[in-house]
Amino acid sequence: MVGVFLRLVGRELTLAVRGGIGTLMAVVFFVIAVTLFPLGVGPELGLLSRIAPGAVWVAALLAALLSLDRLFVADHEDGSLEQLMLGVLPIEFVVLAKAVAHWLTTGLPLAAAAPVLALLLNMSVDGLVILIVSLLLGTPILSLIGAVGAALTVGLRRGGALIALLVLPLYVPVLIFGVGAVEGAVLDVGVHANLSILAGGLVGALVLGPLAAAAALRMTVE
Amino acid sequence: MACIRGERPVFSGVSFSLEPGGALTLVGPNGSGKSSLLRILAVLLKPAGGTLTWEGAPVDQDWTAHRQRLHYVGHLDAVKPTLTATENLRDWARFRGAARAAPGALEALGIEELADVPGRFLSAGQRRRLALARLLAAPAPLWLLDEPTVTLDADASARVTAMIAAHRTDGGIAIVATHGEIALDGAGRLELGEHAVSADMLMTEADGESEEEEQW
Repeated sequence: MVGVFLRLVGRELTLAVRGGIGTLMAVVFFVIAVTLFPLGVGPELGLLSRIAPGAVWVAALLAALLSLDRLFVADHEDGSLEQLMLGVLPIEFVVLAKAVAHWLTTGLPLAAAAPVLALLLNMSVDGLVILIVSLLLGTPILSLIGAVGAALTVGLRRGGALIALLVLPLYVPVLIFGVGAVEGAVLDVGVHANLSILAGGLVGALVLGPLAAAAALRMTVE
Repeated sequence: MACIRGERPVFSGVSFSLEPGGALTLVGPNGSGKSSLLRILAVLLKPAGGTLTWEGAPVDQDWTAHRQRLHYVGHLDAVKPTLTATENLRDWARFRGAARAAPGALEALGIEELADVPGRFLSAGQRRRLALARLLAAPAPLWLLDEPTVTLDADASARVTAMIAAHRTDGGIAIVATHGEIALDGAGRLELGEHAVSADMLMTEADGESEEEEQW
């Protein structure tokens, strides 16, 4: 079972790599979106470092949304989804494997690119470290919640816009606690509360996200 | 067994049973429910009424076990454009729980020279052959085939007919929806057009669904 799960993750990664530039789209979007802030608000370092945690996190949130609409649509269109439902792996774990692959191709690169961009916004070194940690905890939640949105809209034409409407409100807590942790580090008022809530949210999303998305996929295939 | 799609009744009163080595061809006009019946048998779709049994036990007691003993080849080929034929086949064998794709599956369908060709370069018929190769890559006793030869040439159709015959010799069961292109020796024939229902008929026979048996 574990072998099948890993094979599915590996397959998704292979598909992503061979899919070409589309895979990098999230990171490229993230880089461009964050660089827009200094251009927009001006080169005042005090102001930039004030808005840096929020700017980076909002850009990460939007970047994670970009590739979500394709998460299940391709498999639905070519019949892979119904074959996966007939496989040995319960559909909940199929969802989990897809979310893991989505995180490895979007969340992880975002967390890797974030410190460079935050430096651009004059964030302190303390802030940078916590920014990486908060993104590592928060972006998997984005992938898991996003999987639910993608599963609900898989059978719809133009489901992409609907995913954003469904999922963005649910991303709000992740944004609040993610930014809270980074600001706590920058202002030196403690980060543990915010990071603990993010970690708790991740555990919850790991359990509930696949269950909800699997239920939605079963309805779609029927 | 009865079926309703989108509030529109498709068929009712369908009942059959098959022995090991048996086969059934589903025939009927477009929209008579051939694909729906196959999807019900593959538990991708819930029947509106009736039961499905395997060796006397209703399959809804253990969906997972039922999924593992069937192969379903529908209208969609589930071939990934960026994966080669071998990779496509290997993945599906793995997802069916086999350690690796059984050798000879590509050869049986005459596409061994396409093993390293990515799915996007395959023609519709070649993709269909690859989808049918899944049947051999990970063995399962029950084959549910939805118009398997629809894009195939005469050579491939003959190969598929031979595959089904060999499968039945080994004690397997095949249920094939067709418009008459496939002739199976000694196969039962289910005319779904005769089981079509109109909405008001269904109202009066709400409890009248018959049982569907599928005995091993």
